[in-house]
Amino acid sequence: MLQIDLWKRVLIWAVCIAGLALALPNAFYTRVETHNDAVAAIEVAGETPELAAKSAGWPSFLPSSLVNLGLDLRGGVHLLAEVQVEDVYKARMDSMWPELRNALRDARNDVGTIRLQPSGDDELRVKISQPEGMARAIEVARALSQPVSSITAAGARDLDVSGDGDVLIVTLSEAERTAMDDRTLQQALEIIRRRIDEVGTREPTIQRQGADRILIQVPGIGSAEELIAIIGTTAQLTFQPVIGRGSNADASVPGGQEVLPSLDEEGLYYTLETAPVVTGEELTDAQPAFDQNGRPAVNFRFNPTGARKFGDYTAQNIGSPFAIVLDNEVISAPVIQSHIPGGSGIITGNFTVEESTKLAVLLRAGALPAGLNFLEQRTIGPELGQDSIDAGKIACIVAFVAVLVFMFLSYGLFGFFANIALLINVGLLFGLLSLIGATLTLPGIAGIVLTIGMAVDANVLIFERIREELKSARGPARAIDLGYEKALSAITDANITTFITAVILFAMGSGPVRGFAITLGIGILTSVFTAIFVTRLLVVMWFERTRPKTIEV
Amino acid sequence: MRLRLVPETTNWDFFSRSKLWLGISAFMIVLALISFGARGLNYGIDFRGGTTIRTQSEQTVDVGAYRDALAALELGDITISEVFDPNFGPEQNVAMIRIQAQDETDSVSSETIVAAENALSEVTPDIRFVSVESVGPKVSGELIQTAVIAVVLAIFAVLVYIWLRFEWQFALGAVVALVHDVVLTIGVFSEVGIKFDLAIIAALLTIVGYSLNDTVVVFDRVRENLRKFKKMELKEVLNVSINETLSRTFMTSITTLIALIALFVLGGDVIRGFVFAMIWGVVVGTYSSIFVASTSLLWLGVKRDWTKTDGKAGTQFADIDA
Repeated sequence: MLQIDLWKRVLIWAVCIAGLALALPNAFYTRVETHNDAVAAIEVAGETPELAAKSAGWPSFLPSSLVNLGLDLRGGVHLLAEVQVEDVYKARMDSMWPELRNALRDARNDVGTIRLQPSGDDELRVKISQPEGMARAIEVARALSQPVSSITAAGARDLDVSGDGDVLIVTLSEAERTAMDDRTLQQALEIIRRRIDEVGTREPTIQRQGADRILIQVPGIGSAEELIAIIGTTAQLTFQPVIGRGSNADASVPGGQEVLPSLDEEGLYYTLETAPVVTGEELTDAQPAFDQNGRPAVNFRFNPTGARKFGDYTAQNIGSPFAIVLDNEVISAPVIQSHIPGGSGIITGNFTVEESTKLAVLLRAGALPAGLNFLEQRTIGPELGQDSIDAGKIACIVAFVAVLVFMFLSYGLFGFFANIALLINVGLLFGLLSLIGATLTLPGIAGIVLTIGMAVDANVLIFERIREELKSARGPARAIDLGYEKALSAITDANITTFITAVILFAMGSGPVRGFAITLGIGILTSVFTAIFVTRLLVVMWFERTRPKTIEV
Repeated sequence: MRLRLVPETTNWDFFSRSKLWLGISAFMIVLALISFGARGLNYGIDFRGGTTIRTQSEQTVDVGAYRDALAALELGDITISEVFDPNFGPEQNVAMIRIQAQDETDSVSSETIVAAENALSEVTPDIRFVSVESVGPKVSGELIQTAVIAVVLAIFAVLVYIWLRFEWQFALGAVVALVHDVVLTIGVFSEVGIKFDLAIIAALLTIVGYSLNDTVVVFDRVRENLRKFKKMELKEVLNVSINETLSRTFMTSITTLIALIALFVLGGDVIRGFVFAMIWGVVVGTYSSIFVASTSLLWLGVKRDWTKTDGKAGTQFADIDA
């Protein structure tokens, strides 16, 4: 019959109050946001009177989690970048070549002379003059391979070596490629994070997506170009020995060498050894500076290994030029004047102050291990976001009031109960969204409006059922009881099916669509809770108080 | 006096013209398919790749001048349309510009976008670019694939759920209604030429959810009445069930429509297509749960002897107490 245990009543009210308390900060969005920012700043930098005043704007005993606003509401830049993992294969094979060359030269008696053939990005093809020594060549190359450094590929080696006639083919093994892709992505993520931090914007999202993609969302930026300029530059710095210079971009060069253009002088090309002496990875610091002539430049310092390599190389090659190469363009190619032991140096070129500052930032944050392709870029201006929020708010309120009026007209007192439940429902919805830190998007607002419309469904089902039961001339208490009991299976089935679609949307969707799935899914949970617990409790409390002989639903 | 959308007791015969209704539905589906085949959907950049730029200025939009300014850049196919919305103030002149995809994989490069923006700024000095979105063909191809999988998966999942909770005839009837709703919605989109993007897929899935919600409520009552009136003809049982749930069907549809119409009018032009899809879906979903799903069930027939095998199906949740 119409009885609800005291502990259940307490629990239901407790859930409602907790939900509403969690939703409360959203009603004072800017105030709470200022408070949260100030608290975070105090944690990092210590308290200042100004920050303390800001954080006092919201009492700290109240919940302070907010619903995150998606980029389409707040404005900002969304980028989806694909990391060109093949770049890394090529760099790996390039640096492998001198090692392989030396090893094969040591076995000269068996394999004869060797010659690097044009090779794909992830392989080395070496022609040997004595094909009968192929077995020995394979053995030598295999000896260079090492175990793959990842847990999943235990036991696998990093190189596949085979022979094809008189050509020795060395490629990266499948396991090594997977492991390398993984490392490349991790590095790229880390570098992008550092670069965005150097620029200093708030709450960027930088996530890996799938095998070779990175999703970057930075709120509050007005243009994607600026962001792409920062994170899209590879900033791959290398110091390479110079073989010669000329004006032919397509000059044919032997294996192990490459032709790169000069950054400043149009039509000037350098022939360089592909394997670098030192790379930017071995830099510990880079700062914008000025050279002796007062032109902008970048000072850099190597770590101990880098410093030793650079020192050894300069000691052995006094008088010959070496090239400072940034992203496959030669910045400058000075002649080594003397042994440089300290491991520090200066990069000069035709920089402006801005360029030298940016280059220093990029070198400090580290080079991207591979280039990025931007597959998707979306910029939403903050004003469009604000317009959407305003429009969404008005639509929500109008929808809400209209539904409230309609329910009251249709079901009278019971409609009024349903309306209270609907208010609590929206409160709970916002409370849950804040609690799990969900992101509210524009379709998400549509999801809330839809929830407002559909939330009354469970109550409608129950009330219609009570009406029917009343026709069977049972007493009001029995009719209410049966109404709830019999409507339950329809409510469950109807909401589970909708919930299934919400889950699928969440799993398959991305960005704004996912925001919609979240509000729809949570809306179903809260509306079922409010319909079968909250309205029921309200109806029971009213019934206990008045004990009506007849009721009208 | 209470507001009643339908009389307190109705005894309408929903199947006396079942052939007519199915005929109309079949005709509409054929129309939708023809429209889809002939006109295709107006795919947004999510599915086709390319760039959209939303501009806003105090000066009025001069589509011709915009077109001339951009033509010089040789960016291929460009569509420019002015956007109107009751929410806009007199100083708010908005246009949408769409540029086709330029590259095999990447989104349109920043330089291209900057060039386009500069060209437009020369025409209208106070122009602002309130949103710029660019999607590469590689991603858009994947997005189509994911979207289709999502819709198929959703339909399949509910098919299984209803099959488990009811009988396979019910599941099939519900799915026929669902496919009917989805096809008609896509048909309307191709006919009216509303932009079809990722958000519309979300709307489609919501329609799937809503239409099911309706269908399941009717079916739940059918299941109950099949047990209650063991000797009654199936057609009669269906009629009684639809009549009994009719008042609820209308109530829920109306409250949902009230909310959606508020959003359609006041929610701004960015999500208007999305909301339109849902409004259409609610109307079609309500119709289909009465006429399509139930008629399919009537034709498929149902096993009547519920007591032995599946006696608890309808009440297994009923002992949840407040």
